[in-house]
Amino acid sequence: MDLYSLTITQAHELLRQRKISSLELTQAVLERIREVDGQIGAYLTVTEGVALEQARQADERLRRGERVTPLTGIPFGVKDSIVTEGIRTTCGSRILEHYVPPYQATAVRRLLEAGAVLLGKHNLDEFSMGSSTENSAFFPTRNPWDLKRVPGGSSGGSAAAVAAGECFFALGGDTGGSIRLPAAFCNVVGLKPTYGRVSRYGLIALASSFDTIGPLTRTVEDAALVLQVIAGQDAHDATSLAQPVPDYAAQLQRPVKGLRLGLPREYFVPGMEAGVEAALQEAIRQFERLGMEIREVSLPHTPYALAVYYLILFAEASANLARFDGVRFGSAAQQAQTIPELYLETRGKGFGAEVKRRIMLGAYTLSAGYYDAYYLKAQRVRTLLRQDFERAFEVCDVLLTPVSPGVAFRLGEKTADPLAMYLSDVYLVATNPAGVPALALPCGFSEGLPVGMQLIARHGEEALLFQVGHAYQQVTEWHKMRPALGR
Amino acid sequence: MEQKYEAVIGLEIHAELQTRSKMFCACPADYAHAESPNTHICPICTGQPGTLPVVNRAALEQGIQVALALHCTIPPLNIFARKNYYYPDLPKGYQISQYEMPLAVNGWVEVPVGKEGTLQRIRIRRVHLEEDTAKLFHQGDRSLIDFNRAGVPLLEIVSEPDMHSVDAVLAYAMHIRNVLRYLGVNSGDMQKGVLRFEANISVRPAGSQELRTRTEIKNLNSFRALTRATAYEIRRQIAIYESGGQVLQETLGWDEEHEVTLSQRSKEHAHDYRYFPEPDLPPLQIEAAWVEALRAALPELPEARRQRFIEAYGLPVAEARILTAEKSLADYFEAVLPQTQASPREVSSWMIGEFLRHLNERQIEVEAVPFPPQALAELLNLVAQRTITMATAKEVLREMFESGAMPQVIVEARGLAQIADEATLMPLIEQVLQENPQVVESYLNGKESVFQWLMGQVARATRGKADPQLTRQLLQSRLDALRRSRL
Ligand SMILES: [Zn+2]
Repeated sequence: MDLYSLTITQAHELLRQRKISSLELTQAVLERIREVDGQIGAYLTVTEGVALEQARQADERLRRGERVTPLTGIPFGVKDSIVTEGIRTTCGSRILEHYVPPYQATAVRRLLEAGAVLLGKHNLDEFSMGSSTENSAFFPTRNPWDLKRVPGGSSGGSAAAVAAGECFFALGGDTGGSIRLPAAFCNVVGLKPTYGRVSRYGLIALASSFDTIGPLTRTVEDAALVLQVIAGQDAHDATSLAQPVPDYAAQLQRPVKGLRLGLPREYFVPGMEAGVEAALQEAIRQFERLGMEIREVSLPHTPYALAVYYLILFAEASANLARFDGVRFGSAAQQAQTIPELYLETRGKGFGAEVKRRIMLGAYTLSAGYYDAYYLKAQRVRTLLRQDFERAFEVCDVLLTPVSPGVAFRLGEKTADPLAMYLSDVYLVATNPAGVPALALPCGFSEGLPVGMQLIARHGEEALLFQVGHAYQQVTEWHKMRPALGR
Repeated sequence: MEQKYEAVIGLEIHAELQTRSKMFCACPADYAHAESPNTHICPICTGQPGTLPVVNRAALEQGIQVALALHCTIPPLNIFARKNYYYPDLPKGYQISQYEMPLAVNGWVEVPVGKEGTLQRIRIRRVHLEEDTAKLFHQGDRSLIDFNRAGVPLLEIVSEPDMHSVDAVLAYAMHIRNVLRYLGVNSGDMQKGVLRFEANISVRPAGSQELRTRTEIKNLNSFRALTRATAYEIRRQIAIYESGGQVLQETLGWDEEHEVTLSQRSKEHAHDYRYFPEPDLPPLQIEAAWVEALRAALPELPEARRQRFIEAYGLPVAEARILTAEKSLADYFEAVLPQTQASPREVSSWMIGEFLRHLNERQIEVEAVPFPPQALAELLNLVAQRTITMATAKEVLREMFESGAMPQVIVEARGLAQIADEATLMPLIEQVLQENPQVVESYLNGKESVFQWLMGQVARATRGKADPQLTRQLLQSRLDALRRSRL
């Protein structure tokens, strides 16, 4: 097996036994990036010098046996919506094309302290607005399973990189499916943690009350290892959770027999592609064979989830993106003579169409006379969505849903129709207003393209998601499938 | 004309809080003492992408203490909100402020209005916390921004429209400033802009209860600007009604140079700030026990101190009011007391008379007095011990204000000590009598009123140093002797 396609667990074992060095591992991945990224377009920035230096330091730690963690010496990439001190961070936008942040995101800092090796920054939809990574201001990322198809979005670069062997894991951002949709489209594992479980400090905000940072990995076990490092309260994020972080690895092996698996009936409706439905049904049978009890449950307010999600997102995003004004950082209009000219030119040229659309919609829904009808009502329905989950979890432990009604679509297929693009996330958005954790993992293929399923748990119960997902991966092979890229 | 109308005035007061760090980051809040522009800044207060605010607990405590001093209710839930607008001095494109759930509501103060000092109750509608903006400097065709002030905690105190005269506005504003200084949360230094006012003004026919269209005057940075602008605006509105016109609802600026209010924007162009709850800051639970602890820790406030001065020192109400109107003056008074033989009433009349007269003449604050309370105590001791006369003491005080020297030093250096020994005084008295035989004659003939004139001559001969009591005694006995010798 090629070094670049190992799991974190496997690579760590080899590093620990000193059979390979982090430098070799890092060089193998850098070589892989050179080999395939021209076709994929997963990276916006490759930090080769930084990576090699960090790999040498990791080898020193491994040699001395000091402060060795499961991530020491493991190369990773970061979605370019998460700031990296001294390393250009674009958020997929022209307006930040040359922006070099003066500080480090908490999640990145924790990974670097654990000894992980930073390879570079992953492509995304501009300001994480999109479901295909086609909204990147620089270039689209392509799906490693079919280069004519999208990898999903907005963390498309991260999912494609993990799938294509261009990193061992990635940090993505999930506001309404941005980790889970690309994970499913690219046949990798993606976790949206509980809101507040991972500090948002350094995540360029889209919708502050939905945004999360989470791992994209090749196995559920790897996702648990990464979350272990990045989770936990942060003095820089007032919304980060105070609850202690459990030992995720210790709970992975627990049997799932007797656990109750809920199937929300609102998520199993006509319109799903036949291959996707078949894969999900097979996954459900697999859980049954593992001894789980299958129950049908209801999340009655699901039909309103997309509207609630987008109304609140537009509102929060319209304010979050106000700081890109050309005054302190980022691209700025050079010829502007007046303040309005500076704003209009900087923002008019710096933002793409989808970003402008959402800012305008957000400003509209917050404006005098519309606030009650849109923003306030959306917040009220948000409470109902949260209660839906609370009630469902009274009768089951974990929910299982599709990630997407279909497999990865073709580039350009939905770009002309924003609403069709928004609908890609119909199964994913409800978890973010509710704040609950959700895990996407591979569960089959439809016409040669990966199909993912989503597991959802109560607030703070990532360990349960890992336990169920890991049990599934012990008896299935889907997650081991790799795209036949460059062969 | 003005008796036909009644003004209705409400005031918004913005007070910077003297916390160590800024409202939402760890930068020093003391921008006035920064070595140079843009040195008290960090990624958070310059609005770098991905940064998050964290509430400064000290600002919250100071805010609650002010609110308690203003007899406000502190609701158990405190919510921050984003106030959205664009300006280069606003780093995030929104100001974190409070809207629907402010820090405090429903307070009141009682202030002495006008020359008679009639107590008037003015209700406080709300008190809330927010962050200050950066400072703009215009240099020719360029504008420069100093972010040292960006994020400094601001307390906004909003009154009900309970004021009906310029006197009431001034009394209220001075009272609030005094409370802030008593609490040690604001220096009250108007020149540094730590206090700023906005006045809402309307006028209506006297006796009417209707609320007419009001105008808002922004950015009043001194008591002078506040009173002049308010008086001007009342006159302007009356003139409009008298000529049959209608007052427009608009925001006005105060033109200091020409002493007129100028329209900044009318209602049609009013800002829509699109307030919504700040998603980066969870609602703050304000626990009753915490509020009570802060209440218990409140220092003595102006009203209580005034009452104590009346009761403990036997001061007249008017004197107690003057002494306590400025915390620093009251502090000075109480620092003099234990060090002097003079009674509290003597000290009080000295401070309200001579001491304040010098402050007014020199246009200085108590803090700028060049000698310590101990020096004033000594001066009064010299009077009590009859080392110097009252007249000399006034002269010495003037010199103390000029040079800051201690009174004893001045008295010795200038030989101002009172002449209180018979051996020195008697020859002088003899001389005065010899030089004025006609006056002595008229005295002996029964015109006893010239005695005072002779006293004055002795005082003049000693340049005011003659002990009046001894002089009187000696002069009387000498004249009595002369009368006896005539018989
Ligand atoms: Zn700062």
